[in-house]
Amino acid sequence: MKVLEIKNLAKSFESMEVLNDISLSVEDGEIISVIGPSGSGKTTLLRCACGLETPDSGEINFDGTFGMVFQQFNLFPHWSVLKNIMDAPIHVQKRDSKEVEKQARELLNKMGLSDRADAYPYQLSGGQQQRVAIARALCLNPKILFFDEPTSALDPELTQEVLKVIKSLKDLNIAMVIVTHEMAFARDVSDRIIFMAGGVIVDEGTPDKVMNSDNERTKAFLGKLAGENI
Amino acid sequence: MAFGDILMQLAAGFTVTLKIFFITVVLSLPLGLLVALGRMSKNRILSGIVSIYISIMRGTPLMLQLICVYFGPYYLFRVSLGTSYRMLAIYIAFAVNYAAYFGEIFRSGIQSMPKGQYEAAHILGYSRSQTFMRIILPQVVKRILPSVSNEVITLVKDTSFAFTLSVMEMFTMAKALAASQTSMMPLFVAGVFYYIFNFIVAKAFDIFEAKLNYYRF
Repeated sequence: MKVLEIKNLAKSFESMEVLNDISLSVEDGEIISVIGPSGSGKTTLLRCACGLETPDSGEINFDGTFGMVFQQFNLFPHWSVLKNIMDAPIHVQKRDSKEVEKQARELLNKMGLSDRADAYPYQLSGGQQQRVAIARALCLNPKILFFDEPTSALDPELTQEVLKVIKSLKDLNIAMVIVTHEMAFARDVSDRIIFMAGGVIVDEGTPDKVMNSDNERTKAFLGKLAGENI
Repeated sequence: MAFGDILMQLAAGFTVTLKIFFITVVLSLPLGLLVALGRMSKNRILSGIVSIYISIMRGTPLMLQLICVYFGPYYLFRVSLGTSYRMLAIYIAFAVNYAAYFGEIFRSGIQSMPKGQYEAAHILGYSRSQTFMRIILPQVVKRILPSVSNEVITLVKDTSFAFTLSVMEMFTMAKALAASQTSMMPLFVAGVFYYIFNFIVAKAFDIFEAKLNYYRF
């Protein structure tokens, strides 16, 4: 079953065409990585999908709720970790606070942060903040979770810590769309990789297919990356 | 006149000063929030009107505004509101004037909030009013507290402008006593009153600021 279907999405910022006729559907529990050079429209695609940008044309259909994890975490600094996670389920979804607290503590446990429930965001490392942000998104029981370059603001060590947590979400059977520059991670975790450049989807398929693509543009991008890694 | 009598008379005036101060704070802070929201409104007529209002309040003397509010009804509409209107005129003029300053302080605080806070709230499903009341406003209060405390301290001293309408608050009283006694002493004592009051106000804001130090941005 599809949890998200995007049809013919287009978006321009002042005559600059950022997305050009993008169509994409996401199946229940599917994990998709979106890769591509900066300015290729990856983030804009995500922001359009979740309503932070209004597309110029096209159609977006969801089945169920969705969550988002930002590059800059965007935790609420005046609330403790636990309150950050519990507030929306209680005040937006109007759920019972006892039940929400139980779920929030389980999620913190899963994130390896059970001892930080009463801390405030400024007392946490970037990696810990991002894990709280993931728990906050998960506590709303979304069918699909978007990640907008979740590790771009983190150093390599903290990056690994967050990627490990994202990988561990696989068994939750939540669909995930992850915009990332971490190629090894994308290859490991994804059911499907989408390569975007210049506002269009250039290449897509299983990690193997995209990583060994014959497409010149894909090869150029991945080749450059491989070069940088050495 | 004995020093004790001067003190008693000034203390009586001080209760009026206190009344002006507290009523102005209680009225002008919420009004200031509305001013800020009006100023930032997407409705250009509303934001235009509010901008003009702020500009006039900040651009003309408070003393003149007091006179306008008190005498305006008579000169404009020939309505005589009597002397009982005097205190009301004081409250209106002070509240409307200070709301303009507080409005600008609120606006700067609200606009300094990072966009990510709104975006996260939007994705989590908070309504616009929930976002403002639960997430934005509490953080804005912490950001603007130093500016608000400055303005409130100024208000303590500005209450003395009530002498313009011959309201018997402390400064009016001190001036009258100084004239009748041909002595600077009453004015000096009034100065001490203002200083002590402001000392307490500043301390109260320090405590409030310390209370909000449980988190950082």
